[in-house]
Amino acid sequence: MVHFIASRLFQSSIVMLVVALISFYLFNFVGDPISNMVGQETSVKDMEALRDRLGLNDPFLVQFGGFILNALEGDFGISYRLQRPVEDIVAERMPATLELVLVSAVIAILLGVAGGLFTGLKKKHWFSKTILTGSLVGVSLPTFVIGILLIYLFSVKVNLLPSFGRGEVVKLDGGWSTGLLTASGWKAIILPSVTLALYQTTLILRIIRSEMLEVMRTDFIKFARARGLKRRDINYGHALKNTLIPVITVAGLQIGSLIAFSIITETVFQWPGMGSLFIQAVQFADVPVMSAYLVMVAFFFVMINLIVDLLYFVVDPRLRADVKG
Amino acid sequence: MGTFSKKLAVAGFVLGVGASLVAMPARSENTLRYANVGDAATLDPHALNSLVTLMAGMQMHDALVMRSPTMEKVPGLAESWEILDENTWQFNLRRDVTFHNGNAFTADDVIFSIRRAQSETSQMNGYVNTITGIRKVDDHTVQLVTAKPNPILLDQLINIFMMDKEWAEKHEVTEPQNFKDKQETYAVRHTNGTGAFKLQSREPDVKTVFVRNDQWWGKDLYPHNIDKIVWTPISNDATRVAALLSGEVDLLTDPPLQDLKRIKAGPSLKVDQTAQIRTIFFGLDVKSEELRHSSVKGKNPFQDVKVRQAFYHAINIDAIKRAVMRGLAIPAGMIIEPPINGYKSEWDENRLAFDPEKSKALLTEAGYPDGFSVQLDCPNNRYQNDEAICQAAVGMLAKVGIDVKLNAQPKTQHFPLITGKGTDFYMLGWGIPTMDSGFIFDYLFHSGGSWNASGYGTKELDGKIEAIRGIVDPKKRNLLIEEIWTQIQEDMPYLPLHHQMISWAMNKSVDIPIEPNNMPRFYWATLQK
Repeated sequence: MVHFIASRLFQSSIVMLVVALISFYLFNFVGDPISNMVGQETSVKDMEALRDRLGLNDPFLVQFGGFILNALEGDFGISYRLQRPVEDIVAERMPATLELVLVSAVIAILLGVAGGLFTGLKKKHWFSKTILTGSLVGVSLPTFVIGILLIYLFSVKVNLLPSFGRGEVVKLDGGWSTGLLTASGWKAIILPSVTLALYQTTLILRIIRSEMLEVMRTDFIKFARARGLKRRDINYGHALKNTLIPVITVAGLQIGSLIAFSIITETVFQWPGMGSLFIQAVQFADVPVMSAYLVMVAFFFVMINLIVDLLYFVVDPRLRADVKG
Repeated sequence: MGTFSKKLAVAGFVLGVGASLVAMPARSENTLRYANVGDAATLDPHALNSLVTLMAGMQMHDALVMRSPTMEKVPGLAESWEILDENTWQFNLRRDVTFHNGNAFTADDVIFSIRRAQSETSQMNGYVNTITGIRKVDDHTVQLVTAKPNPILLDQLINIFMMDKEWAEKHEVTEPQNFKDKQETYAVRHTNGTGAFKLQSREPDVKTVFVRNDQWWGKDLYPHNIDKIVWTPISNDATRVAALLSGEVDLLTDPPLQDLKRIKAGPSLKVDQTAQIRTIFFGLDVKSEELRHSSVKGKNPFQDVKVRQAFYHAINIDAIKRAVMRGLAIPAGMIIEPPINGYKSEWDENRLAFDPEKSKALLTEAGYPDGFSVQLDCPNNRYQNDEAICQAAVGMLAKVGIDVKLNAQPKTQHFPLITGKGTDFYMLGWGIPTMDSGFIFDYLFHSGGSWNASGYGTKELDGKIEAIRGIVDPKKRNLLIEEIWTQIQEDMPYLPLHHQMISWAMNKSVDIPIEPNNMPRFYWATLQK
């Protein structure tokens, strides 16, 4: 087990190094940050001096090497746009994104599992058909359209929920800012988290449904029925448990993509998280922020994959047997 | 089955209750809620020379010279000034002015602030680099000495905000951020100015709150009733408009053009408009021996003024105004606007007319009866509908036989083409902070101008441009300015399209004069209850 984790961690660090290298190389194509950092009155000489101060005239490998060495010490440089250390900005923005992703994931899993079970067990029920048709919306409409639609309905038309921002936030010890302790914070998180969760809900719902249909046809369920077990025990104790492996895989990977998808949702709702930070960094060619963000997202994906692998051991006894053997 | 529907019902109920628990926040004081597309990068008043950063700065800081709502120069922290000799200006400072922290404002702060703006890491140094000496006469009198006579010194000083010397020394911010030390300087998120509003809180990109400065020297001069300004940048156009429509913000200074109709239709909303100090135009490389991306080899068709005129005749500016700009643009024949010294309305009125026949005739005369191909470089996130204007121009030029390949890209990629002088045919917009033609001559018409990608310029013209930098007599100076413009209008290295319009969308309870430089100044605002 320890060996397994260690080797995965080693692979992960290589993945992250490659991500850093590729993203750093791509930054050559986002344009020149200098043109954003100076006004139109700045002379060419002053622009050149600034470029020198930022180290943009160094060869690619020198820049990259410097970035890696500093990053290992937790120093990601200073944002060209906000003139503050990147790690401070990211630390400020991370709580917003993680709270949004957490609430979305909870919504997606609750609704997805409940809806999947219902449509899987009661496939002919009218409500199942409604859910399945409705869920098509979740996969077929792009996130920003859903977001703007929700804003139009709930902010402009009925004036119930805020169209942007995070509401009042409370600063906790350690610098974590949370919107989950205030009424306005909860009010503000509803629209973005629903928008973000819609696609994932549909996905989980459909996987559970098809797995349930599959499992309910297998022999062991028939035997269980024949033994006269309670329907509830069969459905939730045996059938559901057997559908969980694919669900965990997908849900795990989807938490990663929730972080990635949150770029669009955050931009639509002006959610002050890492996604909107990244978008602004791209527009500004703010290289230090972009590289830190990409390395961090790579880190999240890698960690989530690791956790998913470990969860398999917990859920599926067959895997544990293999390891022991 | 019952269990599932029950659970869903419960879930729905919980969400519903959660949402209805929250009441709309009450507004007891006069709070103006302002939103625009993006935040100021820094609050350091001398670090960055960009619109939003200056806008934020001017709420909290004052300059020696300031502007009235009609863009006149009016006394700011300097009560009056006089010219002692052509190189020496004396400024008499306002007495009893204090900074937000209570420190008195004196001549030492003026000297400190100008020196700070001159430092290498300050982007404001273009406004103060003619100042060679600063003399303190007494605590409330300062003399500025320039190397050569500088006719626009006052216009330049408008952009230089005064900082507290003592405060800056205490917090080690005697110079603006220098990216080499990898740390945030104190002045990025803290301020201590003399201005109408004090900084209450600052969360970059999220929310900045200003509160009224009751000790402000100008409060009787500019009586406003704003107690608090809550500024929340919202980058997405649709969301920003939604926030105004739903009443979550009171003022937008950059509503998207296509939404103005809808905003005007709202019973509690209004839209104010004015001509902006920014003109959009196409530049042509008139210097290179051969164009970079063209079917014409061995020579440069743009060197021929007939080809430039042909291009101009081909563009139907009224169609662009109507279809692309939704009526919100003023067709231009010169690339400066009415408030700028040197502007003459005849040049706008006598712009070459849309005439494809004439355009073709001119091209034939120039030796291109079948036209030629060329690449147009265009930004897609800088000016109002920039890419759409370029697309329209491509279609119009095609009708006279010019095959234009459009290269539209973000400003971070577009602008280096211009400053690096690597484009044949490009879009650019220009605004003038000093309100004087000299500024645009230096950057766009002098052969060494840093933004002059057209390569236009002759020794003779350069000489005249350099001469006006030093002429203090307004009459003599304006004559020379007119002479230069006459030459430029004939040579046509740039094809003026239109002057941009500014639209501010706001709640009807807000009363604020709209400014041609697109910076709201909140001490001119009032809120009706």
